[in-house]
Amino acid sequence: MRDLVVIGGGPAGLAAAIAARDAGVEDILILEREKELGGILNQCIHNGFGLHTFQEELTGPEYAARYEEEARKRNIPYRLSTTVVDLRREDGGVCVTSVSRAEGLVETRARAVILAMGCRERPRGALNIPGTRPAGIFSAGTAQRLVNREGYLPGRRVVILGSGDIGLIMARRMTLEGAKVLCVAEIQPYSGGLKRNIVQCLDDYGIPLLLSHTVVDIRGRERVEGVTIAQVDDGFKPISGTERDYDCDALLLSVGLLPENELSKAVGVELAPVTGGPKVNESLETNIPGVFACGNVLHVHDLVDYVSEEAAQAGRNAARFLREGRPESGRGIPLVPAGAVRYTVPCTVDPARMEAETVVRFRVGRNMRRAVVTVKADGKELLRRKRPVMAPGEMEQIVLKKEWLSSAETELTVEAREEKEGV
Amino acid sequence: MKQYDAVIIGAGVTGCAIARELSRRKGSFLVAERALDVCEGTSKANSAIIHAGFDAEPGTLKAKMNVLGNQRMDRLAQELDVPFKRIGALVVCLDPAELPQLQALYDRGIANGVSGLSLLSGEEARAQEPNLTDGVCGALLAQTSGVVCPFELTLGLAENAALNGVEFRFDTEVSLVERHEAGWLLKTSSGDVLARAVVNAAGVHAGELHNRTFEDKLAITPRKGEYCLLDKTAGGHVGRTIFQLPGKMGKGVLVSPTVHGNLLVGPTAADVEDLDETATTAAGLAEVAEKSAWAVKNVPMRQVITSFMGLRAHEAGDDFILREAGDGFFEAAGIESPGLSSAPAIGEYMAGLVADKLGLAEKEEDFVPTRRGSLRLAEKSHQERAAYIKENPLYGSIVCRCEEVSEGEIVDAVHSVLGAKTLDGVKRRTRAGMGRCQSGFCSPRVMEILARELSLDLTGVRKNGKESRIVLEKTRGDGNHA
Repeated sequence: MRDLVVIGGGPAGLAAAIAARDAGVEDILILEREKELGGILNQCIHNGFGLHTFQEELTGPEYAARYEEEARKRNIPYRLSTTVVDLRREDGGVCVTSVSRAEGLVETRARAVILAMGCRERPRGALNIPGTRPAGIFSAGTAQRLVNREGYLPGRRVVILGSGDIGLIMARRMTLEGAKVLCVAEIQPYSGGLKRNIVQCLDDYGIPLLLSHTVVDIRGRERVEGVTIAQVDDGFKPISGTERDYDCDALLLSVGLLPENELSKAVGVELAPVTGGPKVNESLETNIPGVFACGNVLHVHDLVDYVSEEAAQAGRNAARFLREGRPESGRGIPLVPAGAVRYTVPCTVDPARMEAETVVRFRVGRNMRRAVVTVKADGKELLRRKRPVMAPGEMEQIVLKKEWLSSAETELTVEAREEKEGV
Repeated sequence: MKQYDAVIIGAGVTGCAIARELSRRKGSFLVAERALDVCEGTSKANSAIIHAGFDAEPGTLKAKMNVLGNQRMDRLAQELDVPFKRIGALVVCLDPAELPQLQALYDRGIANGVSGLSLLSGEEARAQEPNLTDGVCGALLAQTSGVVCPFELTLGLAENAALNGVEFRFDTEVSLVERHEAGWLLKTSSGDVLARAVVNAAGVHAGELHNRTFEDKLAITPRKGEYCLLDKTAGGHVGRTIFQLPGKMGKGVLVSPTVHGNLLVGPTAADVEDLDETATTAAGLAEVAEKSAWAVKNVPMRQVITSFMGLRAHEAGDDFILREAGDGFFEAAGIESPGLSSAPAIGEYMAGLVADKLGLAEKEEDFVPTRRGSLRLAEKSHQERAAYIKENPLYGSIVCRCEEVSEGEIVDAVHSVLGAKTLDGVKRRTRAGMGRCQSGFCSPRVMEILARELSLDLTGVRKNGKESRIVLEKTRGDGNHA
């Protein structure tokens, strides 16, 4: 039986494994389905990674390389081109079934598992966009891979639906490759991407961002020939009469990311409906003892720096679990989102088990100016932070201190609201 | 000029069923298909139901062929290694005033020779299907109703026909069929062909084809149906196919598990002009969601992974046309629902007509009725899977993570009889790209495998048709970053 198996060798898996090793776990194995470590960062050749972690602007592959290097220095073993196909609970741990060309089907028993499988893009079908189903419709990440890894152009006249970060990045990338990006349509009245990406990827290239707009029709039998974009009302229903046709040969979709939790479900991990990721406690441990989660499989992040930070926490906690086991007394105080806060990670904290400081990450559901974030324990305010601007596209965090909590709290409320909203 | 005993026009389920039945006989046969693969028209976009046979009027060809086709399915599915499950169906009645129509449907089924029918009360129906709405006041249970994968059925029939000597020509559109001293001359996009007999199985195009050859006119109207396909997590929402009894609210839509465990909801019904229309509409998709809720509660429409539209070939007389239209010119036309269910029977019937006409003898021993379907390692036990990977390590390299399809299975699909040539061809044979991410992750890798195995440049890889190239040109760099 192995001590720790990390599923996924992207930024989350690597940081988790490194932290677990540094916390004393000798026996670690990383399983990665792609043919190299680094995950999706390998196709993110733009810069802007690592500002928080390294105070440098790195490209995705450069950022990944730093962690790969750290993992190699520590001789942490990993298997590439190895896909985990099943997870089962067993006495004293979890059985991880993987397949690969090199080793065939392998069952690895582990005392602890860190889930770091990342996320996938929401496909066209999930939006039920009417129209034909021709070639030329790509999720933004697929287009990114085709351009950056394969070296092929998936379209020359492009419309992008959704202003998630990958869509914004691809608007610039396609433009630099000589394609004409006609517009980015976003159904929400605000962009789901980072402000800096809107400026650097759209504004700098004169690409219009159409807020409160969506694609209502796709034309072209075999290859995309055009799309129709319409304005939507407050209920996201297209407003008749606002339709405008765009002749294009490709439609890129950047309409949301979904944590990829099929394996988590297979092993019985409970998921949170808002994030689509596992419900975790302060140790980033799921309802299954010894199974931890971090990175985009837990909730979709905006910056990889936070992924690394969170994953390191999962790694340290997995190490502690392997040392100490999970105490019987584990008492989780629920964290309750309020106001504009949509969710929190973790969902519960156990004052007895939390580190001196625990980061609580969350997102808000709307754009806000002059906002206030508060944490209250059964109505008593523990923390109050002002935020000049808050946006759904940016992940927020606050730090919860162990010293603030006794053992009496029954509920912690994390709230964000605009100051003028009153108390 | 190449000459055949019989040329079948159209590689849908009907054409392929006829081809397979003809391949039991001695003779030379060709299937001419305008698309690049089998099953590119009506056969690929329908409800995927093997109907019990209570729907059609007694005495019609639809009734006869449906009931017989249904009976043939178990053996056929076994011979062709095609997934088929008799999950049963419930026709639910939503208005007590319409219960007599439910009884009438039962009586019609009995008259058509359908077995396994019974009438249930609303409570009895809900006991069997807890997600039926409270409005369900009665139901007809049809135990022989089943679900099949229409593509695998069509492919199975086609591959088996090909194994037994039938030639398939794709990218071959038949523009005209003319009388000729040898029988019939077919003008096609890949050259002229002679045939002693012709079988028009051109689906929604069958009318066009007929009308270019004959004085009398055949009126085929394309009638479109829109569907939503839901993720496998929703596949257990109902255990049987749930139909709605046509009533004052209209025809309703069905909710059914698919043979692969997804949930299918649809179809709408509207006549269209364009024989090649494939677009879904906002109104149609909304209608699917709305009507499904009449009979089944809480259909998780948020789990939709794709929607599609299919055309049925509706004939003015509302029955199948299975006949010899002119001397040696046969046609299977107006094959709308229950066409998929009827295909095995139509195949037998039409092949019989052709064989009688041409005096074709049965093969003595060399007809092989079986064919091996795709491997589907994801459905195998760990032990079996381990053994397969040992035999071919490519089976250990997972390409499609959602459906767990390996590189080995994709390579098999490319090199099988009538192998896959396109992304959709791979998808339908292996399910790579059929899952919840809808090919976001695997399409670049499947493209790479297709290019490698078929010696194409990546720009030559297509989604389905000739104009459906996926990437257009190399990027400005050297295009060799990988």
